[in-house]
Amino acid sequence: MSQEYDVIVIGGGATGAGTARDCALRGLKTLLIERYDFTNGATGRNHGLLHSGARYAVNDAESAEECIKENMILRKIARHCVEEHDGLFITLPEDDLEYQKTFVERCQHAGIRADIITPEDALRREPAVNPRLIGAVVVPDGSVDPFRLTIANVLDARLHGADVLTYHEVTSLIINNGRVEGVNLRNNLTGETSEARAQITVNAAGIWGTLIAKMAGAQVSMFPAKGSLLIFGHRVNNMVINRCRKPANADILVPGDAITVIGTTSDRVPIETVDNLRVTPEEVEVLLTEGAQLAPALASTRIIRAYCGVRPLVASDDDPTGRNISRGIVCLDHETRDGMAGFITITGGKLMTYRLMAEIATDMVCKKLGVNKRCTTAENALPGTQPDSVEHEYDVVKDHSPYGRRSAGEDNRDENKTYVSHVQQGRFGNNAHNIEAGRPDKDALVCECEQVTVGEVEYAMEHQMVERLIQLRRRTRTGMGTCQGQLCALRAACVLSHKTGVEAAKADLRNFLNERWKGMQPVAWGSTLSEAQLIQRVYRDVCGL
Amino acid sequence: MQTESKSPLELEQCLKCSICTAVCPVMNNTDAYPGPKQCGPDAERYRMKDIRFFDESALKKCLNCKRCEVACPHGVKVAELIQTARRDMSQHGPGLREIMLANTDIMGSLATLVAPIANFATGLQLSKEVLHATVGIDHRRTFPKYAGTKFETWYHRHAAQNQGQFKHQVAYFHGCYVNFNYPKLGQDLVHVMNAFGYGVQLLEKEKCCGVALMANNMYNQAKKQGQVNIDSMRKALQGGVETIVTTSSSCTLNMREDYPTMLGIDQKDVKEHLGLAVRFISRLLDEGNVKLVWKEGFKKHVCYHTACHMARLGWNVYTLNILRQIPGLELDILEQNCCGISGTYGFKKENYELSQKIGSTLFNDIEATNAEAVVTECETCKWQIEMSTSLPVINPISLLAEALDLEATQKANIR
Repeated sequence: MSQEYDVIVIGGGATGAGTARDCALRGLKTLLIERYDFTNGATGRNHGLLHSGARYAVNDAESAEECIKENMILRKIARHCVEEHDGLFITLPEDDLEYQKTFVERCQHAGIRADIITPEDALRREPAVNPRLIGAVVVPDGSVDPFRLTIANVLDARLHGADVLTYHEVTSLIINNGRVEGVNLRNNLTGETSEARAQITVNAAGIWGTLIAKMAGAQVSMFPAKGSLLIFGHRVNNMVINRCRKPANADILVPGDAITVIGTTSDRVPIETVDNLRVTPEEVEVLLTEGAQLAPALASTRIIRAYCGVRPLVASDDDPTGRNISRGIVCLDHETRDGMAGFITITGGKLMTYRLMAEIATDMVCKKLGVNKRCTTAENALPGTQPDSVEHEYDVVKDHSPYGRRSAGEDNRDENKTYVSHVQQGRFGNNAHNIEAGRPDKDALVCECEQVTVGEVEYAMEHQMVERLIQLRRRTRTGMGTCQGQLCALRAACVLSHKTGVEAAKADLRNFLNERWKGMQPVAWGSTLSEAQLIQRVYRDVCGL
Repeated sequence: MQTESKSPLELEQCLKCSICTAVCPVMNNTDAYPGPKQCGPDAERYRMKDIRFFDESALKKCLNCKRCEVACPHGVKVAELIQTARRDMSQHGPGLREIMLANTDIMGSLATLVAPIANFATGLQLSKEVLHATVGIDHRRTFPKYAGTKFETWYHRHAAQNQGQFKHQVAYFHGCYVNFNYPKLGQDLVHVMNAFGYGVQLLEKEKCCGVALMANNMYNQAKKQGQVNIDSMRKALQGGVETIVTTSSSCTLNMREDYPTMLGIDQKDVKEHLGLAVRFISRLLDEGNVKLVWKEGFKKHVCYHTACHMARLGWNVYTLNILRQIPGLELDILEQNCCGISGTYGFKKENYELSQKIGSTLFNDIEATNAEAVVTECETCKWQIEMSTSLPVINPISLLAEALDLEATQKANIR
């Protein structure tokens, strides 16, 4: 493949997908490249916290202001990806209550609603919170599903003409006369190589961006900071719970979908290790001990997984030693900085500010291309949040099917749908009604913990670039429930095999189960250990996998 | 590392092995019920997030037979997860039908006053059609007959004055069914206990245990009644009775297991002293403390049906222990299957067909034994089996009363 694009975006995280969407919306011919599946890096490995910005208010006013603005935007444009349940910042007896005063002041200064409530009121609103608390502040925290958010951006980019390649890794940049003219690619599934050319290449590869920059001979000093998190089996809390003190380890507890996440730790790790990180027993201990300070029930609540991600922290340019690390957005024009034209790096930032990062990067792209188009990503809702009347090529109502959800008619499982369809609506927003339903072969459940039907799997395969179990997991939550793939993995693999063939599906199944075990292993005790043993029994001893 | 794992009703202990779905009588007879696993631990995770994930029409299909809980290898309270969700999230108050079916004691009190008329009326096809069309009680259903004299009345007239002669005393929670529909079982219980040398006292105040109220979402009333029962039992125990015996498996399970969890009634001190008479008698027999004199030439062929709630209690062993000691009794033990009635469930017109379908395996098994009678501890199973098969159904206590030479036994035990 050798095609001319206006812009190539490297990296299928929230930032890359957001940048591709922004570029496409401004009419640029865009190619998005991801070396595995979307959200494989830091985007898919965080709390899923819809930050109010309160956490940064005291130390980083700029980030705080960015957060609250983006928070409000995401509630509008990505309604189906967010849960608006507010958050608490609690003060425990060992914390300084004076900090609360400063905290509230700075929040208000940054435009973040911050209401002090009594400990009794806090306990009434959130019964899971540590009853020892002596102070509480309510802020507009929420939760956001990063998988859903990213895919919505990808879909919108495609809708506006962007091309998207997953499992394509950039092996080198095509450089001519001090100008990046494109990328050389390797298909990570087949090994095939190819190239793609564009006037501008945007490096949005997160922590791996430092390696991409190096290909252009540019040095971007990044400091990989590993953060580990634990997933509890059910919602312990219904509001986000934070500690009202200087940010520290394991002081955010976020409810999302049917689970609760505690995190994070923070440790510098060498860049060479970022592809093979594991959660250590020490990290699990810290998360559990500190987590129980937020909600005591965590000490005895089943943990279904542990996972970790790497924050792409960037050293500011005038301080290459890295002492002065910013969590702010960094957009580098390598033409002025390193004399390498046609190349931009967008990094730093947070999941919360992915849209703003995309806007900044796209503004720079447009400026370089001489395109005078305004950014509209803050006003235009993402697919899934758009009004029903809008028809898209990827969610055309299947009027050839007499079984559409709305015309289920005499189906005797109709009553059951109220629950399953509510769950699906949570995942797909107003696209949920395009999932085929109303007959036994479509309504059969693939994933019972998360209520994924055959119809939903097929919808994801057809419209959301799903061929493998890991992709299906991120789009639909298949395998994310308490059984971690025990019941669903085989069924899902069967549905996928209609597209990929049996052998490929088998290999995929094996990989998927190993990946599930990787997350269970650090917390393998009690029911989670029993679950892992049951999975092993089912797949190795019964299925002979 | 965590050393303990706790979650509401053990929902996190669910490994999704799906054994509960294999034993669920409803799921195996209709597509309309997603099954105990989905309605219980699976959906509970989402219900914790938002009430809109509460699917009442599905949850209503649960019989609360609790066979899922018996099957669960990890102690997940599957049925209780379903029932607590209904209790806490249902937006619908009970209708007239639910109020009629659930208030077994009020309906019983009214009906016994005019028993012949009530029996005549409920037996009429016309009144069945009226009930079917108006409140939704199925017209194909046979109603239990009301007795002209309540058990309590009989007891005070004929038994109360004799109980003081016994050295040992037990209290008897008879339940609505014995009181209003079938006083003979209560009489048998008194005769058998007396024969073993035990006097039988009634509780100072006894209310319906509330199992039907709870099944029809009338928890406040159930809690009030439950509290009266537990207070009375506590008082009886303080007054010197050795134990509180019952003859109904569902009342017993409800008062022992569901009072604390579903109604929030603290009965730890009472629970261990509250049990079916068969348990008490089986233990007496095992300890060798009673002598038995059987009737000469007693001969009977029966089959034993393990009621769902009996299975949940795990107490069928006590009954079988007693039955096996009866000379001349031919005993077939039926495969464990639900009869489908589940208290008031099968009376509702939308459930009638499903109820009969669920019970059909059991009904066929019963007919195939060629026995003379079915033995079971559950009164609603009795209605259902008597309506759906050709056999009469008796409580093991009645069978014991029939097989024992009560006078000779009493003489042997009181010397």
